[in-house]
Amino acid sequence: MWDYCGHSLEVARLRGATYADVRLMHLRQRDLTTKSGRVGRLAQSESIGLGIRVVAHGAWGFASTDQLTREGIAACAAQAVAIAKSSALAKKENVRLAPEGSYLDSWQGPCLEDPFEIPLESQLDLLLAADEAIRKVKGVTLSETDMQFRKIDSWFASSGGSKIHQRRVISGCGIVATVFKDDSIQKRSYPNSFGGQHVLGGYELIESMDLLQHAPRIAEEAVELHSAPQCPGKIGTLILGGSQLGLQIHESIGHPIELDRVLGQEANFAGTSFLTLDKLHHLRYASPIVNVVADARISHGPGLGSFAYDDEGVPAQCIDVIKDGEFHGYLSSRETAHLIGLPRSGGAMRTEGWNRLPMIRMTNVSLLPGPWTFENLIADTDDAILMETNRSWSIDDRRYQFQFSTEIAWEIRGGKKTRMLKHPSYSGITTEFWNSCDAICSADHWVLWGTPNCGKGQPMQVMGTGHGASPARFRNVKFGAAFSNQ
Amino acid sequence: MSPRNQQKPTTKSSAVPTAALRPKRQLHQIAANVLRLAKDRGIQETEVHIEESIEALTRFANNTIHQHVAEQGLVVSLRTSVDGRTARVTTNRIEEDALRAALEDSLSLASHQPKDPQLLPMPGKQKYRAVRRFHVATAALTAEERARAVKNACQLAERRGQVAAGIFSSGQGQSVLVNSRGLATAYRQTHSAFSVTMQQDSATSWAKASAADVRRFDPLRLAKIASEKAARARNPVELAPGKFTVILEPAAVLDLVGLLFYDFAATAVADKRSCLSGRIGKPVFGENVTISDDVYHPEQLGAPFDGEGIPRQRVVLVDRGVVKSLVYSRRSAKQVGIKPTGHGFALPNEYGEAPLNLVVAGGNTSLEEMVASTDRGLLVTRLWYIREVDPYEKIMTGMTRDGLFLVEKGKIAHAVRNFRFNQSVLEMLRNVQCLGPAGHAAGEEASEMVAPPMKICNFNFSEVTKF
Repeated sequence: MWDYCGHSLEVARLRGATYADVRLMHLRQRDLTTKSGRVGRLAQSESIGLGIRVVAHGAWGFASTDQLTREGIAACAAQAVAIAKSSALAKKENVRLAPEGSYLDSWQGPCLEDPFEIPLESQLDLLLAADEAIRKVKGVTLSETDMQFRKIDSWFASSGGSKIHQRRVISGCGIVATVFKDDSIQKRSYPNSFGGQHVLGGYELIESMDLLQHAPRIAEEAVELHSAPQCPGKIGTLILGGSQLGLQIHESIGHPIELDRVLGQEANFAGTSFLTLDKLHHLRYASPIVNVVADARISHGPGLGSFAYDDEGVPAQCIDVIKDGEFHGYLSSRETAHLIGLPRSGGAMRTEGWNRLPMIRMTNVSLLPGPWTFENLIADTDDAILMETNRSWSIDDRRYQFQFSTEIAWEIRGGKKTRMLKHPSYSGITTEFWNSCDAICSADHWVLWGTPNCGKGQPMQVMGTGHGASPARFRNVKFGAAFSNQ
Repeated sequence: MSPRNQQKPTTKSSAVPTAALRPKRQLHQIAANVLRLAKDRGIQETEVHIEESIEALTRFANNTIHQHVAEQGLVVSLRTSVDGRTARVTTNRIEEDALRAALEDSLSLASHQPKDPQLLPMPGKQKYRAVRRFHVATAALTAEERARAVKNACQLAERRGQVAAGIFSSGQGQSVLVNSRGLATAYRQTHSAFSVTMQQDSATSWAKASAADVRRFDPLRLAKIASEKAARARNPVELAPGKFTVILEPAAVLDLVGLLFYDFAATAVADKRSCLSGRIGKPVFGENVTISDDVYHPEQLGAPFDGEGIPRQRVVLVDRGVVKSLVYSRRSAKQVGIKPTGHGFALPNEYGEAPLNLVVAGGNTSLEEMVASTDRGLLVTRLWYIREVDPYEKIMTGMTRDGLFLVEKGKIAHAVRNFRFNQSVLEMLRNVQCLGPAGHAAGEEASEMVAPPMKICNFNFSEVTKF
């Protein structure tokens, strides 16, 4: 692999590149699903290829190929340089990269049990058993389960002298019960919606999720939701479960801190950010109890944003994003670091695959735990709505105004969890919402949630990101806008 | 793995020839190799789907090119079927050893699952209606040509004190689908798109076009449209949320109506997760709404066959407001005793099928006439981040973006701060007052389709944002 990488760098240099980096990647994936007692999707894929990014005439070019021969790689490198030279036609200034060391390293993420070595029968047996447990509950009209595994090997080399091999194994699973009744569809998912929980790790994740134990519960809740009262529309206190809070972090903190958005580079598609450069160190983003980090180090946990080096060869780092409520830092790259006065990149450049350009992406953007036990938080709350498990999410293109709905909610009355509510939703303005946070649960309730489906870029790239969160409480939140027309 | 030879890198000419697709016979040869290997292995049934693509995209922001990419790839996706069990394996390695290994993996996956009594034998030879969607002008477009068009848009922005961002993409692709029962078909197309956002002060607007033939649109004209709207979008006034008459430009119609597509799948209705469950044959929409799925429409893209190689049929989904028909894969069609419509996904899958070439019939009211006939309403350029809030009432939420204007007494009065909507698409399509001519619409949320602009009453905006 290193021969291919070296050859591409050499061709790029001879063609006139002043900088080049190359990623040769081998991606393997297995997808299993069941639906209503039968196997749905059963597929495996692999993809191997090489992408080279160059600077020539002071501008960027990128080309990729799956033709892993010397001729194919040389043509690809030459194409990248030719593209860079054409980019220079509409260039304002030369690309400037923050300095970075060169590294020779090989790293493998955590994986106790390789999911590709686990017999397929046992994987399918588990899914079919969970599927059956859901369907045993009277009233369920649709049962779905899924597992997804990925093994990603990447060989990174740069004209700066780095040669880094990384292997990341990602595992995920989820189950869903759906009930159609009386012109309404209610759904419950475990451990999370939209594919479940995903981590950097092996089959041990699947075993730890205990799908069979939770299958009857979510099915019963989906049935019960049909007779639950509507979540009221009002201003009140909100307690968010960890997985929903993870998505709230993703949308209203993770995306706004991406420096490429802030600089207008995503203006046409993913949008920009209200976090303009003047707000760095000058914005009270959240209440003083809120601390958020972007931590790609494996010591943060086995998140989808954990790695040893990003895709431009910068070692994993922990960035303070919000410290005691104040806005402290962006996600950056080697090209953007100098714009915010950083001596080096924050290490947030990531690529979906060998045929995509690395771009600034979230790593593990996590809310650090507070002191509360969940039981004490509920006991301390007189009147609130507890919402769990995302159902829909939407936020404007500058990341101010958001609206989320969840699958389920419960009223909190007099320090106790009481009746179930259907169709819960809440909405607000990002900084107003985070400044209303007055309690965060402890590390005992903290989970590093995986969001496997974050889309960004043109051509679109789907990336996995991590979000550590424990349940938290927010005051003066608006409920019910999603169903305001009913 | 190591390089096949040790030639020194060349330092000759800097010219790089435009990438070209392989001759179609090479793809057929790969497919034939797979079928031969499968036959030698004694596999009952095998399907091979090969896709090759060449894609390029020039991306710009802040009046400069900041990303500029090209890719080339070929993928072999094969499915084996043995004794009522099937599985798919996909690889981009085409050496015989790799194809043999993919076949073995597929067999292994298939053999370790329970038998599916409803799995159908693979289909035999089919007859296809030809479509021509490959344009040499698009395939030959170079990085430099895209860069020059982008430069023109950026220079326009600079002259007007604006900031341009967007993409100019072009690509070509071909596919071959064969199976061991004699089915064989192939398809190739080109595609191109220019999308531009213009920003003036804190106001933005947007325009986009896409086509198989890059000569069908003028990037500079699109940049001018976005530029002029961005100038008008400055100093937006905040209005109280509520119900408004809206004039939705085609991209906004596309992004809402396009998200209905899976509801027309017979499998979704059978699974009771479609908003049309219990509503087939009923007047769900207004009488002025007719929707079909038609891959043969001259404004459409896409292959004229589905994931199993069944020819796509034109299907009238909604006729003057009444839900008339769904689309069917072979499996879902057999369950109700009818012929498949050619909308199945590649097997195995749990979703069945979907219409991917929606055509919403248009009317004869121009956008200008819609504005002129509106006493008070909102002109919507584009919608953003649309998600489903309620699957049965099909309530969607999302934001307006890149140009929202108040219309008063038949004229555009001024820009308005962006709203969040929570709106049932079913209700919305009962409230259509008039439609404009339908054309190929390109948005950023739903798949491209043929859609008209629409004027709609009582559209529900629930909240307002800060810009």
